[in-house]
Amino acid sequence: MNTANILVGIAFSGAAYAMVLYMTSVGLSVTMGLLGVANLAHGAFAMAGGYLLVTLMDRLEVPFGLAVVLACVAVGAISLVLERWLYARVYKATELDQVVLSMGLIFVGTAVAHFVFGAQPVRVAIPDAIGGQLALAGGFSFPVYRLVLIATGLAVFAALWLTIEKTLVGARIRSAVDNRAMAEALGLNSKRLFAAVFALGSVLAALGGAMGADVMAIEPEYALKHLVYFLIVVAVGGLGSVKGPFLAALLLGVGDAACKILAPGFGGIFIYIALFLILLVKPNGLFGRA
Amino acid sequence: MMTHSDVMDSNVPAAATPGATHAIHQLLSARRFRPVEALPWLLAAAVYFVLPQYFQLGAQVLIMVLFALSFDLLLGYGGIVTLGHAAYFGAGAYTAGLLARYGWGEPLSALLVSGLVAGMLGTLAGAVILRTKGLALLMLGMAVSLLLLELANTATDITGGADGLQGMDVRPLLGQFEFDMLGKTAYIYSLAVLFLAWVLLRHLVNSPFGRSLVGIRQNPARMQALGVSVWGRRLTAFAISSALAGIAGALSAQTSQFVSLSVFSLELSGMVIVMLEMGGVGRLYGAFVGATVYMVAQDTLSKDQPATWLFWIGLLLILLVLFNRGGLLGLCDTVRRRIAHKEVS
Repeated sequence: MNTANILVGIAFSGAAYAMVLYMTSVGLSVTMGLLGVANLAHGAFAMAGGYLLVTLMDRLEVPFGLAVVLACVAVGAISLVLERWLYARVYKATELDQVVLSMGLIFVGTAVAHFVFGAQPVRVAIPDAIGGQLALAGGFSFPVYRLVLIATGLAVFAALWLTIEKTLVGARIRSAVDNRAMAEALGLNSKRLFAAVFALGSVLAALGGAMGADVMAIEPEYALKHLVYFLIVVAVGGLGSVKGPFLAALLLGVGDAACKILAPGFGGIFIYIALFLILLVKPNGLFGRA
Repeated sequence: MMTHSDVMDSNVPAAATPGATHAIHQLLSARRFRPVEALPWLLAAAVYFVLPQYFQLGAQVLIMVLFALSFDLLLGYGGIVTLGHAAYFGAGAYTAGLLARYGWGEPLSALLVSGLVAGMLGTLAGAVILRTKGLALLMLGMAVSLLLLELANTATDITGGADGLQGMDVRPLLGQFEFDMLGKTAYIYSLAVLFLAWVLLRHLVNSPFGRSLVGIRQNPARMQALGVSVWGRRLTAFAISSALAGIAGALSAQTSQFVSLSVFSLELSGMVIVMLEMGGVGRLYGAFVGATVYMVAQDTLSKDQPATWLFWIGLLLILLVLFNRGGLLGLCDTVRRRIAHKEVS
């Protein structure tokens, strides 16, 4: 293996990992930014997406693509119920109450996943059409599925960016993030908007969990195990931003991959030092609103 | 109303009392001692005489009470929400563990050194992370413990890495009492340290320092305007809290003769929040109730099926947040108020 091979490998696997991180984390960034809820249980929605995908494919023999869509819709529906029953009651509560509520949800989610699916990670069968290797000139070869992940991540980014920046719904969301009281005074139905944004965040989480099952295995501990990375992406990228988590996920995903390959001894430390330095200079994250 | 302690203070001239007794007297009389406050200590003594088979678990409970107590100073009084208090517990545990492994087996001095190391780490980290607030504060607190986790994981030669730190040689306590298999010494030792820490904290939160901390939690701008150094008080609280957490960690290392990477984990940081929320935040006794209920329930429920335990604890947390802010002690208060109200009407 020559240097170019290693570098391309790092960039490639790092980017695929980054896109999975992005899909899940951007939902958290938008919900936290707008609703002001420190929802640590966001990863549980991603986990639910992964488990639903497996169930749909294995027990009901739904094809992969359709199963992803159905899993996202189902998680969105579940999250609407949870939003009305649980989250809506802690929007104005202290950070501590929100942390404890979402911890409780993580515990319940982990336990339920354990009862229903067992302790071992479940496997997602990637269809053959997107499962092989793509050989290129110069001795490079990429797993096709990683390319699909990167493309999906980019598509999500583009769609979100266009929605938030160019549509009326996006304008409403932005206005509510910037000044909730003023937006409500101007006739914005914030209750409905909040529910919709919460569902959007959960659908994105489910998409990340389902599509990324190959990179981050679906297991009962998923919600807690990857929580740190989701939170770091949001904190570095900035709350309520679409662009921020994208850059943060790329930075952390590729940086993490590079350090783990180039300096295996100290690889894990990179991400925390980066977090520390960035938040010290910019407490609201790279693109956060003050 | 004049309290008992006021009378005592005016009657006992400072010069006539020997120094140490006077200091202890001062500490205890900081606020009138209520009989109910003796309850946890009576229960702890009862466990010693009645349930010798539970010394091991009992010592662990006492250590977690101390850890939760240290966090209550930050969370309940200082209003500082961080997800990384395990950093200082772990720093204390590894300090005591490494000292015992490399020849410093005397437990009491090692305990003090561990508290000191954790306190210094807390001062350093606090100076950085207290500059932020909200999510950034939550994250930076977490980053400290996870950074230490990665360091301990990487320095396998010194810490044993993922296998944990073993081969400690902890000497008998006070040169007399061996750490036995039954856990008798561990239990008494932990109880004594917890009692001292409780006396200290009880004095602290009722002192002007403690009251100003509460004031800062409620309105930092006004406290600043009153001339209180907001930054200084918060940092001091952080330092004291992390030193006590380090002592709890050191106790855990010395009594179990083992330290694993999990002392730095996000789970442990979360657990201490959960314990406090279950017991009741910002009232010192929440730590006693929460940590005991949590540890005993975990021990009972997780024996054959860990997931069952997680499910119930999760459900309890959700219900506590929705219906009863203030934990189990808050629930007691509500019930007591209802009863008192009924008697009046």
